[in-house]
Amino acid sequence: MATDRLSLVFRALADPTRRSILNRLTEGDATVAELAAPFRMSQPAVSRHLRVLEDAGLISRTRRATARLSRLEAEPLRDVTTWLARYQRFWDESHERLDDLLAALQAGQEDGRGAARGRADPTERRRR
Amino acid sequence: MSKTEITADPGVPLIVITRDFDAPRDLVFRAYTDPGLLVEWLGPRALTLTVDRYDVRDGGRWRYIHTDPEGHEHGFHGIFHGDPSPDGIVQTFEYEGVPGHVKLDTTTLEERGGQTRVRTVSSFQSVADRDGMVASGMEQGVREGNERLAELLAKLRTG
Repeated sequence: MATDRLSLVFRALADPTRRSILNRLTEGDATVAELAAPFRMSQPAVSRHLRVLEDAGLISRTRRATARLSRLEAEPLRDVTTWLARYQRFWDESHERLDDLLAALQAGQEDGRGAARGRADPTERRRR
Repeated sequence: MSKTEITADPGVPLIVITRDFDAPRDLVFRAYTDPGLLVEWLGPRALTLTVDRYDVRDGGRWRYIHTDPEGHEHGFHGIFHGDPSPDGIVQTFEYEGVPGHVKLDTTTLEERGGQTRVRTVSSFQSVADRDGMVASGMEQGVREGNERLAELLAKLRTG
């Protein structure tokens, strides 16, 4: 995913009102009036938020009779999640290794390096 | 269940990583600053870490290389600012694959009840830099399911 699109998504998510709107849309499509209801906010103000979400690809809008419905589009959120998950995975695994190393060091096995290397058996390391 | 807490608020060029370790503070500090120990834990197991230099003092340079199973090398380097201590390790960080984009990492170690809480605040030059560096620097291919969506939204809501 291009970084500029990711930036658009992040910018859209930066606002608490827009995040509330997205949460509401996880329950189903909604009209502008329905989305405005929980906020002390005019419908035009909510419409402006919806435009930002639409530009980021986070929602799509369709017409049903006279009402304009907003729908959650999950794909860009998934991209953001993947982005964060990579970082999470990197640090999760590093910190699990550090747990092992610290345990070995505290067990007082020389300076811990040999002990940590002794744990290099992949079957043991995959235990989590 | 992940024990490493990562917070990346939208719109702010920061990432905060918090993790508790079952060890005294001085030992955790050693694991973070002794290059011989660093290679034992920093990065996923599939990558080999080679420390080129790790001069842990005010103005000291550091550089290490992560090598993936296919032999591709990813170099990273930076400088320590101030004498590193358990109260604070301050260092710049630059991925050599995307030069010119520098982040500043501040790591503090806090002992609480026999455990040590490590908190790293990474400050990027811009939000776009943060998003781009994370996307390019972490090469692990990850396929994620929908269940992560809720997790992400929860994280954003706390931000």
